Amino acid sequence: MKRFRASMRIRQRPAMSSSLVIASAFPHHARNKNDIRILHSGISNTEAGGVVAESENIVAETAECIFADLADAQTINRDKSNHWKTPLWSALDDAGLPLSWVPEACGGAGVSLAEGFSVVQSAGKFAVAVPLVETMLAGWLLSQAEIPSPSGKMTVAPVRPQDRISIDANKTLTGRVRGVSYGADAEHIAVVAVSTNGSVIALVDASACHIDAGENLGHDASNSVTFNNVKPLTIKPAPSGFTPRSLMLMGATLRSLQIAGALEALLDISVRYSNERVAFEKKISKFQAVQHNLAKLAGEVAAAVTAAGSAADTIANSSSFDDAVFFEAASAKIRCAEAAEKGTAIAHQVHGAIGFSMEHILHRYTLRALAWRDDFGHESYWATELGRFVAARGADELWPLVASR
Amino acid sequence: MTAALRFDQIRLPPECEALRHEVREFLREEIAAGTFDPDEPQREDSDIPEFSRRVGERGWIGMTWPKRYGGHERTFLERYVVTEEMRVANAPTRRFFVADRQSGPVLLKYANERIKMDILPRICRGEVCFAIGMSEPNSGSDLFAAKTKATKTDGGWLINGTKVWTTSAHIADYMLGIFRTSPPTADNRRHGLTQFLVDMKTPGIKVNPIAQISGLKEFNEVVFEDAFVPDDHALGEIDGAWKQATSELAYERSGPERFLETYYVLTELVRALGNNPDTRGAEGIGRLVAQLHTMRRMSVSVAGMLQAGKEPVVEASIVKDIGTIWEQQLPHRVRDLAAFVDSDTANHHTLEEQLAFATKIAPKLTIQGGTTEVLRGIIARGLGLR
Ligand SMILES: Cc1cc2nc3c(=O)[nH]c(=O)nc-3n(C[C@H](O)[C@H](O)[C@H](O)COP(=O)(O)OP(=O)(O)OC[C@H]3O[C@@H](n4cnc5c(N)ncnc54)[C@H](O)[C@@H]3O)c2cc1C
Repeated sequence: MKRFRASMRIRQRPAMSSSLVIASAFPHHARNKNDIRILHSGISNTEAGGVVAESENIVAETAECIFADLADAQTINRDKSNHWKTPLWSALDDAGLPLSWVPEACGGAGVSLAEGFSVVQSAGKFAVAVPLVETMLAGWLLSQAEIPSPSGKMTVAPVRPQDRISIDANKTLTGRVRGVSYGADAEHIAVVAVSTNGSVIALVDASACHIDAGENLGHDASNSVTFNNVKPLTIKPAPSGFTPRSLMLMGATLRSLQIAGALEALLDISVRYSNERVAFEKKISKFQAVQHNLAKLAGEVAAAVTAAGSAADTIANSSSFDDAVFFEAASAKIRCAEAAEKGTAIAHQVHGAIGFSMEHILHRYTLRALAWRDDFGHESYWATELGRFVAARGADELWPLVASR
Repeated sequence: MTAALRFDQIRLPPECEALRHEVREFLREEIAAGTFDPDEPQREDSDIPEFSRRVGERGWIGMTWPKRYGGHERTFLERYVVTEEMRVANAPTRRFFVADRQSGPVLLKYANERIKMDILPRICRGEVCFAIGMSEPNSGSDLFAAKTKATKTDGGWLINGTKVWTTSAHIADYMLGIFRTSPPTADNRRHGLTQFLVDMKTPGIKVNPIAQISGLKEFNEVVFEDAFVPDDHALGEIDGAWKQATSELAYERSGPERFLETYYVLTELVRALGNNPDTRGAEGIGRLVAQLHTMRRMSVSVAGMLQAGKEPVVEASIVKDIGTIWEQQLPHRVRDLAAFVDSDTANHHTLEEQLAFATKIAPKLTIQGGTTEVLRGIIARGLGLR
């Protein structure tokens, strides 16, 4: 697969803080740290959370630099007007990130799945509230059927395993799907629909659908979308074996990565706060009860990062959405959702009342981590599916199954 | 990031798969031959010397150690596979497991050549059982409160005092113990402890079994009365054992044995619920399997980082913290999920028996090898909170 071409796609943005220095030429495989340092030299480590130096992935580096610069939670949280969204989106767009997974031949960046997954985790770490992940996923879905991606914001449907979009003989789409992230912001919707002859993938002009107002827990648009004999812009058969469930598995993995990223940020923010806040004449980080809560949070972060990373790694190395992908993606969604529940509670507990105020950035991460649990299959749905899968194979196959991963 | 946790994505390499099949085959043969019953985790004494010797013959003890000491210079990941397969099969590993996991590595690092040449090959042959002598009646979590004394005498040391909760002391050939060789200093209460290799046949050592609530007698009180230990059996730095003891404990954490001790109830639950469970049963199984899979991936990750020469101390503590709480809660979750299982179902008897046993051993899981509270202290330190 062709590599992301950072040099061609990233331009220095005048509005950006002068700290972002982008070299004019990057090697295509900028995998060693020296190359990467050029990219973020000068970026304040506090803004970037210090995580930038850890990564060895040029695409994720690029994304993190943009997030740190233009999606700083503090700034965004103060900006009630949503003015930050436009420069953020154009920077992401200029860098080619929304179409990361679209092959170069179809106008995308042709980034590997693995590199794109790091971008998604990083988007979670910055609680990025523009449809970057949705557009990436839509571009990926369209490219499964070799449909070129349009520019601009996209989203995908369906998002819930129970929802169906069907296609009739006239090649029009019908169905009502709920919880479509950024449905109200998207110009296009990438759809996987079912017909009597199997699955199709279609590109739909969002304005052809009826879109109800709505938002998720994190105040990001989440809409019911009604397809009423909608004629798609493009429609093609899905590759063999690709079904709505494949989209669910990919989506579940992306949401798991976002939750894992948000939890990483939560640990960081909570540890930092506990080292600043003083009560009873001590930093609260010195109280054993607080330390133990943060240790538990670290455990949940570790579990989420591991589970989501394992699923992503499996998809990146698979050629189809087989049982291995199902096992990993379902497990990741289940475990990350549990981690979100436990982890966000601890992060709020450590912050006391200040974290419950709209003024504080904490809710940007906690509410999104909780919201992401609902997309691409509730954890109870996946747990039931996984349990049935395990039960059908029988007790003696359980350990071999777990050990095979 | 302030809290730089690392869980590298590590998969077991292909050579591990071949090994896994060898181990499974071996265990199948042992079960068929009646050496042990995989449905019986509740053996009174899971020490079966011939079994240990056969495991040794296969080269599955001291796998990562140098060949000249009888080791096999294989990887931590290969060792990982053997450990988990043994654990899941409820194999009787009591005789060699502690030596394999932690005592051997300590000897490798601190013992003199003569001792290494003498003991390590015997461990690898499955002939030697080790006990860990850290805890005392007034020193558990607070290791540095240990009082049992080693007093300098001609050519060695005389030990006096009492160790407690010493697993396997009743069958052990040796103990690696920490003893007080001088008082703590004003500025360092960790000072003054030394680690010794103690031959359990030494006159002056008395082992008194302590019954456990599970009905087993696995641990003991060990009383020392002028027990003589020669000079070269003092390991590492005199008065500096705390460093060694804490690094030794790192071997005890994060392995598959830290979340698989009650695993059998999950298998039996799946069996009892059958091929087509209702939604509640299916969801319950699904969640438990997702949790197990995640922990195992974390644990493999730590093994891989150890193999790569990293020191994932915090990560290992996290695995033990989450893992032991999981294995402790597992029997209770299984009990909930099995509540509607018809008690005439074929395996219900097994499930009930195993559940009863797992429920009884559950309380110890978050205590042995360092309590939850102590582990969280280590994690908190790693997070920069103390
Ligand atoms: C089955 C089993 C096998 C064992 N085998 C061995 C063995 O082979 N060799 C050996 O040396 N030991 C062994 N132990 C002992 C084990 O290491 C200790 O039990 C453990 O370290 C706790 O010490 P304690 O029992 O003295 O409890 P205590 O230290 O008295 O702790 C009691 C409670 O207080 C809490 N606590 C103590 N200090 C703190 C603190 N600073 N902050 C917060 N909470 C605290 C503990 O977490 C615990 O909840 C075994 C224990 C068990 C259960």
